Amino acid sequence: MSTPLAPQHGELPHAEPTELSAPFWNRCAEGTLTFQRCAACRSINFPPVEVCRECLDTDLGWEESSGRGTLYSWTVVHRPVTAAFTPPYAPAIVDLDEGYQMVTDLIGIAPEEITAGMPVEVDFHEVSPGLHLPYFRPSAG
Amino acid sequence: MSAGRAVIAGVYNTPQARRLENWTTRKLIASAALGALRDAGLTLADVDGVITEGDSSALIYDLRLGPAWQGRGFGLDAVVEAANAIKGGQADVVLIVAAAAGVYVDRDATAPWTRPENEFVAPWGLFTAAEFALIARRHMTTYGTTPEQLATVAATIRNNGHQNPEAVYFGRGPFKPEDILASRMIADPFHLLDCSMTSEGGCALVLVAADRMADLPAKPVHVLGGGADYYGPAYQFPPSWDLAGRRGGPVNGRIGGRAADRAFRHAGLERSDVDVLELYDPFSFEIIRQLEAFGFCEPGEGGPFVEDGHIAVTGSHPVTTDGGTMSFSHAGGSPQMFQRVIRGVQQLRGEAGPLQVPGAEVALCSGAGAGALFNSVVLLGTEASS
Repeated sequence: MSTPLAPQHGELPHAEPTELSAPFWNRCAEGTLTFQRCAACRSINFPPVEVCRECLDTDLGWEESSGRGTLYSWTVVHRPVTAAFTPPYAPAIVDLDEGYQMVTDLIGIAPEEITAGMPVEVDFHEVSPGLHLPYFRPSAG
Repeated sequence: MSAGRAVIAGVYNTPQARRLENWTTRKLIASAALGALRDAGLTLADVDGVITEGDSSALIYDLRLGPAWQGRGFGLDAVVEAANAIKGGQADVVLIVAAAAGVYVDRDATAPWTRPENEFVAPWGLFTAAEFALIARRHMTTYGTTPEQLATVAATIRNNGHQNPEAVYFGRGPFKPEDILASRMIADPFHLLDCSMTSEGGCALVLVAADRMADLPAKPVHVLGGGADYYGPAYQFPPSWDLAGRRGGPVNGRIGGRAADRAFRHAGLERSDVDVLELYDPFSFEIIRQLEAFGFCEPGEGGPFVEDGHIAVTGSHPVTTDGGTMSFSHAGGSPQMFQRVIRGVQQLRGEAGPLQVPGAEVALCSGAGAGALFNSVVLLGTEASS
């Protein structure tokens, strides 16, 4: 029961990137995690948005995330949402060090070894041609 | 403005089953509408307001109900919207109806209404069980809530359905918490029996002005208050316990708290006035969360609270007495919500059979929860509030 969780492979359900989100996915393909920051109030916006969720300014720029954070919550799915997914997989919410949250799947750890608050870091995988997903795994150090 | 307060005069559930062969959604809607009107002692010719799932105007055309008011509310919000339309003089008799059959056919996948399409959620394989599990896990790691406490909730609700002749899973128990924990894991911490089922069926309610009830057969059930809390669209953003808005107030994990406060204040009632809680039960943990959010126990105390038998039909806070979405039925988006209110009406009329809460006069009904980023409540009573 200590098989580490692995990335998915094959065609997964995903939406086509929009003009708004394409910069995020393009940088994922390069192995870099990014987020939007408002030039006016310095608030982080993720997922990306046209108008700052805090101050409603429209001057939003992209910044690079360290890709490091801690585990906020997780589940281990044994009955997949569709047959496109191979169980088990572990949807999670990560608290990024920059101060925002994102949904991801945990990999590189056995389900029973996952603990709340554990340090994690981003780990990109191309699950199907062109789809580079930012998974998270336990931090190396 | 008319001063007529709204009462629920008729309710009806069609047959419910995992699959209803030979039924369609539209046929179920027609059957449910006629059933609720019959229960109210009214006919289609009395209806001048309609709320259904999706496009109410199509139903107004197909049932030749025009010219009629139509509402747009979803779930419990529709009941409040209908009551307000009657109180505001926009309609006299509002039919609320919903059904589903033949919608969930691809059994290799979870039900279509459970699957997110947002690009920042979909590739991670989330669905409702996982979304609600992320909320439950946060409570477990924060307060020490246990899988056994979740299983106690599921066993209690499933035992209600076991005794309800109209439930899809009538006679399928009794269940002990161990039985829940022994079922296969779906999305940790939720085992199969911690989760709602999927099924087919229809239901309807008829609301009228209170002064109309003198002519009608049923014992009136008054809509005393309601409330709705939203944090955003379901299944597009991280289902985070700590999601907060700029105004302060309860975080997402406590969603429904503001709605309940307002409903109680409007009704002039206290928590201690509630006799039965017809809570929405998509997953076992959601009962624990709502008991805390609605103020029936302290934050973090929901787990121990359900362990002590409080939530059984014989307990101080009976919950989800028809068996809920786990055992009674879960026929898609709207029926699962409306049926919480229908059960509240049945309890206040004394029509809940072996699951009757003796002398029930006030019911709190709820819909959805923190995995979905919204929670609505309705307070029902046998007496009009002062």
